[in-house]
Amino acid sequence: MTSGAEVLRIDPAAETDRIVASIRHLVFNDLRRRGAVIGVSGGIDSSVVAFLCARALGNDRIQILFTPEAESSPDSLRLGRMVADSLAARWAVEDISQILAGARCYERRDAAIRLVVPEYGKGYKSKIVLPGVQDPSRYSIFSVVVQSPDGQSKKVRLSPEAYLGIVAATNFKQRARKMIEYHHADLLQYAVAGTPNRLEYELGFFVKNGDGAADFKPIAHLYKSQVFQLAAYLGVPQEIQERRPTTDTYTLEQSQEEFYFKVPLEQMDLCLFGKNNGMSAVELAGVANMKVEQVEQTFKMIDSHRKVAHYLLASPKMVE
Amino acid sequence: MVEMDKLEPVRAFIVENFLFGRSGELSDGQSFLESGIIDSTGILELVTFLEKTYSIQVGEEELIPENLDSISNISRYLRSKTSSTSGV
Repeated sequence: MTSGAEVLRIDPAAETDRIVASIRHLVFNDLRRRGAVIGVSGGIDSSVVAFLCARALGNDRIQILFTPEAESSPDSLRLGRMVADSLAARWAVEDISQILAGARCYERRDAAIRLVVPEYGKGYKSKIVLPGVQDPSRYSIFSVVVQSPDGQSKKVRLSPEAYLGIVAATNFKQRARKMIEYHHADLLQYAVAGTPNRLEYELGFFVKNGDGAADFKPIAHLYKSQVFQLAAYLGVPQEIQERRPTTDTYTLEQSQEEFYFKVPLEQMDLCLFGKNNGMSAVELAGVANMKVEQVEQTFKMIDSHRKVAHYLLASPKMVE
Repeated sequence: MVEMDKLEPVRAFIVENFLFGRSGELSDGQSFLESGIIDSTGILELVTFLEKTYSIQVGEEELIPENLDSISNISRYLRSKTSSTSGV
């Protein structure tokens, strides 16, 4: 029987060459820009994009940006610096904390949490989570997990106002980052590289006009496990290859499964691949080492996420 | 099943908030998920509405399509949650 690893296996050398040629054409010929700005988070996707852009355009034609804020994990900057040093590329740190404070990002987010946890305040940490990770049959209704300064944790289901308030406030983070990237792109006449992978792009795991905005997206066609294959081939630092993807958006560490995907990323990858390639749930269950019912539920979850993605991916509508 | 006229507030809530007034597009057996009427944020709003309107608590384990994915499913679910003396 075909394994999950086999169905998603790519030839990393050939795929790298193909993407590199495409980046060169898109940036130089199509967009007519002189290089690329890449926001590097210390995660696998932005690291792979930085390596690909350096190979395509030259390390003297990329500008790496780090955009930490008050609640960022310090690992993000440390790992991002490893990428820049590996590539001997120009880098700059632009701390966006003051931008976020000016927009009252943290204040709005905390006020939204207080709608359901009135005592939430200074010294508290939080993240939002879905119920039933690995149970795609349950509705995706968010709760907030809060940790008090003395380490006590509790989970409270969010009201619609609280959920929307938290998301609308935290979305400032990705939008502020993109604003800084375009500032540098304007200064240098560069194009802004987007870093979503296929899971994120197709299923709407990005902020509209935040990390969803870019001039070109060189890995949006790759499944997550294929991004890892390229990372190994390109020589992305080992620690980044081994790091478990997180959102680095909330003050408590939050996995992507907790926030959006609900099933392990490896299985989500395979289910999306299977759906896109007309595989039946029975076929895919064998490949993905999942129960048939789980695959069917994940297929439904994919459909549901795609509906969300429709609005996020939509270009401005014109009145004809 | 809860009498369908007792579900009129639910029907009106869904038509107002998710169908933007187009009541002809909602039938009792229609799956909200499959027809794309309600997304995950919408389910949160629906649950909050049901809790307030019918004075119930929807438990974590009850947040499943069998209970909430159509007017018919909601009717069955509310019947199981509320006592016969409430008239719902």
